[in-house]
Amino acid sequence: MTLTPVITEHWDDPELYTLAGYRRYGGYRALATALKTDPDALISLVKDSGLRGRGGAGFPTGLKWSFVPQNDGKEHYLVVNGDESEPGACKDIPILLANPHSLVEGVVITAYAIRAKRAFIYVRGEVPAAIRRIANAVAEARAAGLVGTNILGSGVDVDIVVHAGAGAYICGEETALLDSLEGFRGQPRLKPPFPAVAGLYASPTVINNVETICNIPYIVDRGVAWFRQFGTEKSPGFKVMAVSGHVNRPGIYEAPLGITMRELLDYAGGMRDGRPVKFWLPGGSSVPMLTAEHLDIPLTYEDMAAAGTMLGTGTPMLFDDTVSVVKAVTRWLEFYKHESCGKCTPCREGTYFITGTLERFEHGHGSDAELQTLTDLCGQIAGRSFCALGDAAATPYPAAMKYFRDEFVAATTTPADEQFDPAASYVFAGATAR
Amino acid sequence: MPISDSTREQLDELVARYPRPRSALMPMLHLLQSIEGEVTPDGIGACADAAGVSAAEATAVASFYTMYKRRPGATHHIGVCVNTMCGLLGGDAVYDALAQRLGVGHDQATEDGAFWLERIECQAACTHAPVMTVDWEFMDDVTPSSAVDVVDRLARGEEVASTRGPVIRDWRASERTLAFPEDGLAGEGTPVDAKMLAGLAVAKERGMAAPGVPDPAPTAGPEATA
Repeated sequence: MTLTPVITEHWDDPELYTLAGYRRYGGYRALATALKTDPDALISLVKDSGLRGRGGAGFPTGLKWSFVPQNDGKEHYLVVNGDESEPGACKDIPILLANPHSLVEGVVITAYAIRAKRAFIYVRGEVPAAIRRIANAVAEARAAGLVGTNILGSGVDVDIVVHAGAGAYICGEETALLDSLEGFRGQPRLKPPFPAVAGLYASPTVINNVETICNIPYIVDRGVAWFRQFGTEKSPGFKVMAVSGHVNRPGIYEAPLGITMRELLDYAGGMRDGRPVKFWLPGGSSVPMLTAEHLDIPLTYEDMAAAGTMLGTGTPMLFDDTVSVVKAVTRWLEFYKHESCGKCTPCREGTYFITGTLERFEHGHGSDAELQTLTDLCGQIAGRSFCALGDAAATPYPAAMKYFRDEFVAATTTPADEQFDPAASYVFAGATAR
Repeated sequence: MPISDSTREQLDELVARYPRPRSALMPMLHLLQSIEGEVTPDGIGACADAAGVSAAEATAVASFYTMYKRRPGATHHIGVCVNTMCGLLGGDAVYDALAQRLGVGHDQATEDGAFWLERIECQAACTHAPVMTVDWEFMDDVTPSSAVDVVDRLARGEEVASTRGPVIRDWRASERTLAFPEDGLAGEGTPVDAKMLAGLAVAKERGMAAPGVPDPAPTAGPEATA
């Protein structure tokens, strides 16, 4: 399957981030089309396209929009989730840096479709580079009458606020994001009610990922049939994939859904030094790992699910055979422990105990009994937490045990750094062991 | 430090951005941090007043998010990603080299107040591992020696540019950008680098492109199956 740059097609134009640069390639043409279209027809269009959320869950975007009650006399809101913080996920920040106007255009079209006059773009705080780029794009669009009141003389009003977070992975969870945007601690809400009914300020709200919204102008401009040329029946479209790890050319690759990891890996120049893939994750640390035997499975929502994992954010991480899986899993759990918001007990306490236990394994002090303890702990978090962070934290260990049990057994006596020289997995030349 | 009238005016400006005042709390805390060099009780009080909440409620927010520093920050904030990808690809060695050079550990500032070192979580730049941040601007693909070189140059007052952004200012300036992101620097540096263009380069090299709009354009696609 070939690469198909759409969102990334003109990223090599250094002016693309400006309004003039974006307009060179038909930018804001879709907005003009959309404003002449009935909002309900736009919702149907996106439903028909089959576009699924690119933030990880893959929920059908048009369906999500259609959940917003119309003609209810309430203020509606659109919130864009740019809190990209999942280990391995690094595709929204590049989009904000390179093609921010595609997001702005998508936001205005989406807000119009769901009848929202206000939109918020929530970007994690640790990336001022991306925040100033998107804020600049919003300001340019506002000055050109593409954002604000009476857009393009249509009588439609949409204002956009760029909002910076302040360091909390949990704010990528949509209801935690809403609490954060309301000026509270970022802690998830109990659902239902879902945001489509009671979201920001208890008003109907659509929350979509950055990349999801960036698809909208292209779908409006080029049509459903064009969009469905890419991907599969259940996973239509193209995907901005970020390939990271021990590959020769890590970076951003845009391809149709359904491309295989092996094909993508070939485009990324293969593994460094011709080493084998030891394990890889299709989309973030929250999805179960796979091994070299899974490289030919199409990267779609349905095929990844059938393989026992998830497409997630569609940003594959690949590790070669120099890496200790015990150490990799321990690091991910340290992350979940750090980022657990503390609201619910299974996640708050569970991540604490799993991490402590894994750290003992990493240092060669695990025990056979604790292998089972870890399994039990994960079982007591998954499905019993307030939000998906708990489920995610319970994912890496069981997935790793499925393929690399021997390494955990070895870690009952031998530290990870003795099983695998840490310096061997470094990517810079002249690396020496600590 | 007493809160100046100018600061209060800026807080009001942030409040005006949102439908409800409390939503401005996070940018307000970023702003106060940029002005005062930390989130102080006075600063929290001013934010709480502007947001119409109690100081206790504002403190609960300030203490939740890791970017808010409730003790004096340093001139430069140095972050090293030690999550799985960056850490195992060399971030661990980068962190050790910086800790040794600066003589401080995680979440500590140097005595002269020049640098604050922090082990940070995933920075959404795994393609650029190992990643370091200076005042939250990207320093991609670092090595232990290039990372130490960055802090040495900053210590000497030399100009250091982010690998995907502008010339490094200081931590307070970055914090101000988070409150008022239109800082005039959007066109500075090269925010789109070779790794972000990796796939596009391969596609061009091999003559690959996305299909164009079908001609004539069909009017409807198949029904969504979701």
